[in-house]
Amino acid sequence: MIFATTPSQTIGPFFAIGLPWDRGPLAVPEHTAGAIRINGTVYDGAGEPVPDALIETWQADPDGRFAELHGYGGPSSFEGFRGFARCAADVADGSYEIVTLKPGPVAGPAGTIQAPHIDVSVFARGMLNRCVTRIYFGDEPEANAADPLLVSVPAARRETLISRPEVGGYRFDIRLQGQDETVFFAL
Amino acid sequence: MTTQEEREIYDPVAETPTSYVRERPDAHPPVDYAPYKATALRHPKQPPVYLPQTITEVTGPQLAGERIAGELDSDLTRQHDGTPIGERIVVSGRVFDTEGKPLRSTLVEIWQANAAGRYRHRSDRWPAELDPNFSGAGRCVTDRDGRYSFTTIKPGPYPWGNHHNAWRPAHIHFSLLGRAFVQRLVTQMYFPGDPLFEYDPIFQSVRDPAARERLISRFSIHDTVPNWALAYEFDIYLRGPGQTPFEEEH
Repeated sequence: MIFATTPSQTIGPFFAIGLPWDRGPLAVPEHTAGAIRINGTVYDGAGEPVPDALIETWQADPDGRFAELHGYGGPSSFEGFRGFARCAADVADGSYEIVTLKPGPVAGPAGTIQAPHIDVSVFARGMLNRCVTRIYFGDEPEANAADPLLVSVPAARRETLISRPEVGGYRFDIRLQGQDETVFFAL
Repeated sequence: MTTQEEREIYDPVAETPTSYVRERPDAHPPVDYAPYKATALRHPKQPPVYLPQTITEVTGPQLAGERIAGELDSDLTRQHDGTPIGERIVVSGRVFDTEGKPLRSTLVEIWQANAAGRYRHRSDRWPAELDPNFSGAGRCVTDRDGRYSFTTIKPGPYPWGNHHNAWRPAHIHFSLLGRAFVQRLVTQMYFPGDPLFEYDPIFQSVRDPAARERLISRFSIHDTVPNWALAYEFDIYLRGPGQTPFEEEH
């Protein structure tokens, strides 16, 4: 028998009492060699920051290995690598920041190789379901050009998925609606 | 096989799904649902782009070890020196995938208002009393049968600013990680027979009446604790294994 899934409901405005925790934004311990910061802001359709958003990220380590194996590959050799970060947007300005390692390339469909990327879930009051996007890296132009998923995105919108290198890490803003609306994916 | 080759090849073990069912577009509420006014500026207007499920999507975090400090995490009535005010209840159930297979060792996180309908959150301006003995957040990990259990206080309904005389039905927020990024789910559990259902745009945003029913817990005399607590049962279904991961129509 096949059952139907439980429907999604909004995370609402008060998730901060239950979901974020101190080390949540740290996909890797803070002082790990090579750690980077990825920060940005979630914007609504009026261009205003969304102060009650929650960002979650999931990714491979620099070797392309995942912290939770489920049978895939060997264990990550980076001590304390969780590969997952959860960050509530700042209540004042809607910004988020995670600490992580830049992921390596991983296998893609049908023998292809995917460019380094991070999966992202965006939740907020006013969003009845999460929206899923991906962070690619602006200093990986060759890998990005060959990425089988990125090339399936209309060229004019591809830039919304590419983070901008800056000192100590990358910047990745998320626009839920309107001009330069971020590309979101159906899984 | 050399070590280098092992590093580059990721072979799933037999019982690990390599793909998950793709859901019908109406399995979840529409992102744009006018009666819930906050959706207006917070929904994408472009259709989502089809993403084949790759290794990044079929793996996922297991936070159980990091997020669980002890048994009090799942008993919201014993997190302070005193006893919270309200109707003590046990909320339990099982987490399954859509093939009916239990998900063991998966993290379940909840948060909720107190008996008066007030959240311990600085943005909650509803002038009901905060309860010094109730924080309103809990965590637990499912057992080998996919079962979770919380002891808590039945949350109260509360007004909100969506429209004139808007009230949220009593609910508990649930967050589930499942095993894979694709299984991630945040939802709300409601209580049977709530007269506010028909007026609540968040509950009604699930357009399929049968799907709405899946958000409503069942009263369970079996799980009640005599002279102590009433009980509600709430089973949760996450996406299960699918076929032909990369060959479905776009």
